[in-house]
Amino acid sequence: MASESPRANLKPLSLHVPEPKFRPGDAVDFTAVDIPAAGAARRPDTADEAKEFIDLAYSMVRVLDENNRAVGPWDPKLTPDTLRKMLRNMALVRAFDERMFRAQRQGKTSFYMKSLGEEAVSIGAAAALAADDMVFPSYRQQGVLISRGCPLEDMMNQIYSNSGDKLQGKQLPIMYSERRYSFFSISGNLTTQYPQAVGWAMASASKGDTRIAATWCGEGSTAEGDFHSALTFATVYRAPVIFNVVNNQWAISSFSGFAGAEATTFAARAVGYGIAGLRVDGNDALAVYAATEWAAERARTNQGPTLIEHFTYRAEGHSTSDDPSQYRSAGEPTAWPLGDPVMRLKNHLIALGEWDEERHAAQDLELAEMVKAAQKEAEKNGILGHGLHQPLDTLFDGVFEEMPWHLREQQAQMMAEEEASGRPWARKK
Amino acid sequence: MNMIQAINSALDVMMARDPDVIVMGEDVGYFGGVFRATAGLQAKHGKTRVFDTPITECGIVGVAVGMGAYGLRPVPEIQFADYIYPALDQLVSEAARLRYRSAGEFIAPMTIRSPYGGGIFGGQTHSQSPEGIFTHVSGVKTVIPATPYDAKGLLIAAIEDNDPTIFFEPKRIYNGPFNGHWDRPAENWSKHPGGEVPEGYYKVPLGKANIARSGEALTIICYGTMVHVCQKVVEEAGVDAEIIDLRTLVPLDIDTIEESVKKTGRCMIVHEATRTSGFGAELSALVQERCFYHLEAPIERVTGFDTPYPHSLEWAYFPGPVRIGQALKKIMKD
Repeated sequence: MASESPRANLKPLSLHVPEPKFRPGDAVDFTAVDIPAAGAARRPDTADEAKEFIDLAYSMVRVLDENNRAVGPWDPKLTPDTLRKMLRNMALVRAFDERMFRAQRQGKTSFYMKSLGEEAVSIGAAAALAADDMVFPSYRQQGVLISRGCPLEDMMNQIYSNSGDKLQGKQLPIMYSERRYSFFSISGNLTTQYPQAVGWAMASASKGDTRIAATWCGEGSTAEGDFHSALTFATVYRAPVIFNVVNNQWAISSFSGFAGAEATTFAARAVGYGIAGLRVDGNDALAVYAATEWAAERARTNQGPTLIEHFTYRAEGHSTSDDPSQYRSAGEPTAWPLGDPVMRLKNHLIALGEWDEERHAAQDLELAEMVKAAQKEAEKNGILGHGLHQPLDTLFDGVFEEMPWHLREQQAQMMAEEEASGRPWARKK
Repeated sequence: MNMIQAINSALDVMMARDPDVIVMGEDVGYFGGVFRATAGLQAKHGKTRVFDTPITECGIVGVAVGMGAYGLRPVPEIQFADYIYPALDQLVSEAARLRYRSAGEFIAPMTIRSPYGGGIFGGQTHSQSPEGIFTHVSGVKTVIPATPYDAKGLLIAAIEDNDPTIFFEPKRIYNGPFNGHWDRPAENWSKHPGGEVPEGYYKVPLGKANIARSGEALTIICYGTMVHVCQKVVEEAGVDAEIIDLRTLVPLDIDTIEESVKKTGRCMIVHEATRTSGFGAELSALVQERCFYHLEAPIERVTGFDTPYPHSLEWAYFPGPVRIGQALKKIMKD
C-alpha cells in the first residue's frame, strides 16, 4: 500500500546517545586520544585578540616532554625553588586526600572528595595567581587553599564539623569558605560560582582595583546555564576573570561525551563568546602554571577573560559515595596517556638535577607525618557523629543578619525540645 | 510623585549617598527601563554604575552575588517577575544561603527589583505574583509596597539592608491607585496621600505593617495592589473593616496582625497570587494558631485562581470587588 507521507522514501530518524569507549572489563587503549608534542603550541602575546589564536582552543599547550624536559614557548622558566614548592604542595594535597579519605571510611566524617590525578590543576594555577586574587572554586580545588598556606587543621575541622569548624558545622565536608585566603564559599550546586566570579571581577574592575578572579568547574557542568550566562557577562564587560574547566573525563558516572565532548573541545566554548580559549595538559603543572600566568596577565591588563580547559583524568571516584568500578574500566587511571602529574613534576626536577628519589621519599614521609599530626590535633576538637560540637542555638545564626521573630520562636522551640528529649547532647550548650 | 518616580528617586538618593550602590538589568541604562524606573540614572551616575545586562536572569543575579561578596550593593532589575524563574537557583541556593553557609564570611546584600501582578493585559508571562515562592525560602526578605511613599522608603531600607531582598513592585498601581473596577477611570497618585513623597532620604522600616484603614468589624490582610481594591470594596459595602497593608511579607509584622484580629474577631486574607500554597495559606495558619479563640467566623481567603493568568479573561481571574464583596458578606454573616 502506498504511503500518504510525503517523506516515505526517507529512513526513520535515529537518536544518538553517547557511549564511552571502555566499560568495566574492557581493555583500555587511549591511542586515539590526540596529544600534540610538548612545546608545539604557539604562545600569543597577551595583548593579542582572542580571534587570532582560535587554534589554541583545539590543540593543547604542553611544556613537559617525554624526557622530562621543559620545552617550547610556554615554558614558564620557573626556579627550582618554585618547582620544588609546587611538587611539595601537590604531594601534600595527595597526602591530605589519602588521610581524609580514610577518615571518612573510618566513619569520622560523612563525605570526602579526592582530587587524585588532577593535583596540578589547582596547584599550578594557585602558584601563578596572586595570593589575594579571589578564587571561586568548585569542590576539587583544595590545592589552592593548601598553596595559600591554610592550616591543614582548619581544613580538617571543617571536614569533621567539629568545635574548631568556623563554619559552625553548617556545610558539607570540603565545602570550605576561607575569606582569609581569598577563597570563596563553595556551593554544591554546580557552576553557580561562575557568574559570581564574573560579578566579583566586574566589581573589582569598576572600583579600579587590581585584583582578578578565577573560577573552576568540571567539564560536565559546562552544560549548566550559569556557565553560559557567566561567559556572556564576562565577554560583554571584559571582566578580569579566568574560567577553568577541569576536564577530568567523568562527571560521576557520565563520561565527557554527555557534556558535548564528542563534538568539540571545552576550550572551544570560548570561541563562540569571542574570549581567549586555551586547552592545556592538565597533568603538566608547568603548562597549567604558564596558561594561568598568561591569562592573569591578560585579565590584569584589561584584555578580559580567558577560558582554560585542563585536560586531565579523575583517577579516583567522584566522591566517597561513588564506586567507579561499576561504570568504567579499571585500567583507565593507569593507562591515561598524560601520566601522573606528581610523577611528571618529580621526574622533571630530577632531570634538572634539583631533586632525587631519596628526597622525594623522605618528603612523602614527612608530609604524611605532618598530615597525621594535623589530624590528631583536629580530632581533639571532635569528629562528626560524636555528639554536638557547636552550641545548639547557632543553628539559627546567619539566616538573616538579625533574627526575625519566627526564627526566634523556632529557636526557643528547639531548645525546649532538647531540654525535654534527654538526649546526651541536650545539655551540652 | 507616582510610584515609578518614587522608585527612581530612591535609587537616585541611594546612588548619591553610597558609591557602592549600582543598578543593572535589561534595558535599565541609557533607555531607563521599560517602565522608566531607572530613567536618567545612567546620565547622572555614570555607565559603570547603571548599565544594561545580557538577557540572562541567572547571570544577573549570580553576578550580583559576586558583586555583593566584593562589597558592592547591587540593585538588579528583573524586567518582569515572570522572568525571575531562571534566576531561582542563584537566589534560593546562593544569595539566600551565602551568609549561613559561610557563617557570615560572605554576604549578598542585594535588592532585586521586579514589577509583578496583573491587570495590564500582560497575559501569562507579564502578570504573575510569585512572592509565595520567595517567602518559602530561608534567608530572603520579600517586600511589596502599596504607595509611592512606601515604595521609596522601603526601597531605601532594602538597599541599606545586608540581606538579599526581593522587592516586588505592583505594576498595576505604578501610575495611580487601582480600586478593582477595571472599567472605571484610574485615579492619579497626585490625589492620594501616599503620593506625597519627599525628595530626599527617608526610610520605611522592613518588617513593619501599615494600618491602611482602622476599623472594628473585621481585619483584612493584604498587600500591593490589593490594598487599594480592598479599601474600595470596604467603602462600598459600608463595613467597618481594619485593613492591614503588610508592606513586607518576610519579615512579617505578626504583632500588628495578631492585635488587629483579636480586636475584630474576623479575618480575611486577600492576594492576587494563585491560591494553593500561596502566602495567604501561611497567614491563615498563623492567625488560626494565634487568634483561634478570638475568631467569630472562619478565616476567608480571597485570591487569584489556580490557573495561569489568562490574557483575555484576566478580569475574571483578578480578585476584584465582586469576589472580595462576596467573601465579605460571608464572613460578616455569622
